[in-house]
Amino acid sequence: MEHLLALEGLTRRFGALSAVNGVSLTVAARERRAIIGPNGAGKTTLFNLITGHLAPSAGGIVFGGMPVAGLAPHVIARRGLSRSFQRNNLFPRLTVRENLRLAAAADGRGSWNLLGSVARLRAPLERARETAKAVGLVERLEAPAGQLSYGEQRQLEVGVALATAPRLLLLDEPTAGMSPEETLRMTRMLERLPREITLLIIEHDMDVVASLADRVTVLHYGEVLIEGSFAEVKSDPRVYEVYLGSA
Amino acid sequence: MTAPVLARVVALVVLTAVVALFPLAAGTYPVKLLQEILIWGIFAMSLDLLMGFAGMVSFGHSAFFGIGAYTAALLLPKFPGLLAALVAPAAAAALGALVIGFFSIRVGGVYFIMLTLAFSQMFYAVAFQNSFLGAEDGLVGVPRPTVLGMGIGSIGGFHAYLLVIVLACALFLWRVVRSPFGHVLRGIHENEARMQAVGYPVNRYKLTAFVIAGMLAGVAGSLYTQFVGSISPSAFLWTTSGEALLMVIIGGTGTVFGGILGAGAFILLQSLVSSYTERWMLILGLTFVLLVLFAPGGIVGALRGRVGLRA
Amino acid sequence: MLADLFAQALNGLAYGVLLFLLSVGLTLIFGMLDVVNLAHGSYYMLGAYAGLGLIAATGNFWLALALAPLAVGVIGAAVERTCLRPLYRRGPLDQVLLTFGLIYVFEDLVKWIWGGRIRSIPTPDLFSASVNFGGAVIPSYRLFVIVFGLGMAVALWLLIERTRLGAIIRAGVYDSEMSAGMGINVSRVFTFVFAFGAALAGLSGVIAGPIQSAYPPMGASILVPALIVVVVGGLGSLKGSLAGSLIIGQAETFGKAWLPGASMLIIYVVMAFVLLVRPQGLFGRALK
Repeated sequence: MEHLLALEGLTRRFGALSAVNGVSLTVAARERRAIIGPNGAGKTTLFNLITGHLAPSAGGIVFGGMPVAGLAPHVIARRGLSRSFQRNNLFPRLTVRENLRLAAAADGRGSWNLLGSVARLRAPLERARETAKAVGLVERLEAPAGQLSYGEQRQLEVGVALATAPRLLLLDEPTAGMSPEETLRMTRMLERLPREITLLIIEHDMDVVASLADRVTVLHYGEVLIEGSFAEVKSDPRVYEVYLGSA
Repeated sequence: MTAPVLARVVALVVLTAVVALFPLAAGTYPVKLLQEILIWGIFAMSLDLLMGFAGMVSFGHSAFFGIGAYTAALLLPKFPGLLAALVAPAAAAALGALVIGFFSIRVGGVYFIMLTLAFSQMFYAVAFQNSFLGAEDGLVGVPRPTVLGMGIGSIGGFHAYLLVIVLACALFLWRVVRSPFGHVLRGIHENEARMQAVGYPVNRYKLTAFVIAGMLAGVAGSLYTQFVGSISPSAFLWTTSGEALLMVIIGGTGTVFGGILGAGAFILLQSLVSSYTERWMLILGLTFVLLVLFAPGGIVGALRGRVGLRA
Repeated sequence: MLADLFAQALNGLAYGVLLFLLSVGLTLIFGMLDVVNLAHGSYYMLGAYAGLGLIAATGNFWLALALAPLAVGVIGAAVERTCLRPLYRRGPLDQVLLTFGLIYVFEDLVKWIWGGRIRSIPTPDLFSASVNFGGAVIPSYRLFVIVFGLGMAVALWLLIERTRLGAIIRAGVYDSEMSAGMGINVSRVFTFVFAFGAALAGLSGVIAGPIQSAYPPMGASILVPALIVVVVGGLGSLKGSLAGSLIIGQAETFGKAWLPGASMLIIYVVMAFVLLVRPQGLFGRALK
């Protein structure tokens, strides 16, 4: 199969406003793609369309060779597409371990067990532990998510999405609101992710983009402006204008 | 076994023993009060599964209580056995919950509360105007079933029968809440949107919880009919659901046994207050208001601290 | 036969108008505050009893009609500020439970003061006779109710659609977070909407008095038809309230006349039908 994700003329209107306007792009398996653009460019809306939280006004989405536009979010997630959120979207009163375990258990039949015990479901617990290691939260497994520091919560935010063992992982500004040290830690963590997991990242921090991205897509007013390697995009004068113009 | 867990188990055993031996020590009226508490306890516990664990506020729970009650009232005079006493009412209530849940859950939010309320009132309307169901007066002359060949008409017999069922229901709920399914419900309560996003078919889980809760409410309704020997349409009133909600919050949401404690507190309070004053409704209402404003954790919540979860 | 039908339709219209006044407040409060105010029926009851009290004190129905809703509005504002405001952050369960408790409080207070028996409220002298209207013989008071109610509907529409206050309310119903972000004093608007809704319910109660009399459980029992109107019409929609209440008014009235054995069931059948076809109600915003 050629592309893991293919968007074809994807459009989403809110009344008279087109938040996403005829976006076509493809992401290959094992690729790491960054989506950048000024605020209001439609990046999060694009994510919401891909994950099924919004229905498109027009256009198609093909994931893993199968059309997914209009399917319910949980169906799309089950097919191997996972997403982290720009603002922390965790289970605050549950422990880190339980946050991850719930995500890891989302695909199995075990969750319909009405009388059994969670401790007997080894696989999700294993995956929770591995994910915690991957995002650097092994020390904090027993802490309630609401008591973590902001940076730790961002790590957990990525962890929950990761624990579903996705083929395609959408990260919405994973380093939002982080200090330089935390950002570096997060970048290293993302770099270490296995290549089997294709990444699609919305980012504002250009250092992160430079470190992680194979290719970069620039979005402006809901449309694709240009697409290329980081170096190509960085040196294109249009991109500079777009960022300056919207300041 | 750790110390706090051991303490809880001991407390439970002691409490059960006290309840079991109560008829030997006390007169008829207190025993009947206790039995009423146990029956409403099942109703309240089942509602807590929805409210405290899945985060669903249902004002239509009395519909399933009523369905169970009327099923038992219709069947027991002809077939006085456990099938009519427990199995049929539970099944009928579960079926009702499946239908009502299907319509109410898919809309969610505030609509869910309103729809469940309206549905239970619909059953009230049907029962009130249907002569086969006894219309306004309801059905009377309902016998208690024979269990394993023994009659349970005596106070002691019924008490034992009731206690076994209550313990079975409580144990069942306790297991469900701790199971993988129960953990999913708690996840839904904590953050429904994220559960959707990681791939859980949330509505299917909610519907399952709704059906389980409805089934147990049907058992409670059936037991009530057996307890009193009759049933009337007021079993369906939405205000009955409301009182059950109060029992749950008094006892503490999100705790399995809180339902029984809350039922106990409610019924004892009602019994006590109405012997002194006619203003029972006023006091109950004020209790509601003050509890919600100042003590959201309820009795068990205060005793136990916050509800935690272990994986 | 036709005259009978017409008379029934007028009765249905009168009942529908009462439901409309009651449901407007409910749908605005639901739509804006996301609060299931179960005590809304209580304001209806309080209006009827306030009317009863004022008529007994002054002998003047029209004075009661003007003052009773104001009194109920004040009570509504007080309830919102003391009991409900702390709960906005806390989600629907607490709000539902608290308002349920208020039902009991109000009902028992009324029972305490006025007793539990049904109290009849005299029709104003101006409208005490029956008239022949288009072939139907109908109490002139009911015609007054219809005219008054429709007049109120127009006035409300003007208020909501054509005034700045109305725009603020509509903005709050549509998106309260945004409204707050735009500098509108949302908490004051909430209190106002609450008081306004309660006052309308009280108005409905006063007007209904001569037709329905006053009895303590009347609040709890009118709540369900009002909820069904809101569900059928759609949350937060004035148009929906009007459409829903007119439909339910007719359904209930004709149900009682034609299918007395199943009359209580009719409105639920209507509700179920609407929900199957359009789960968000006739004029409600689409869900998701």
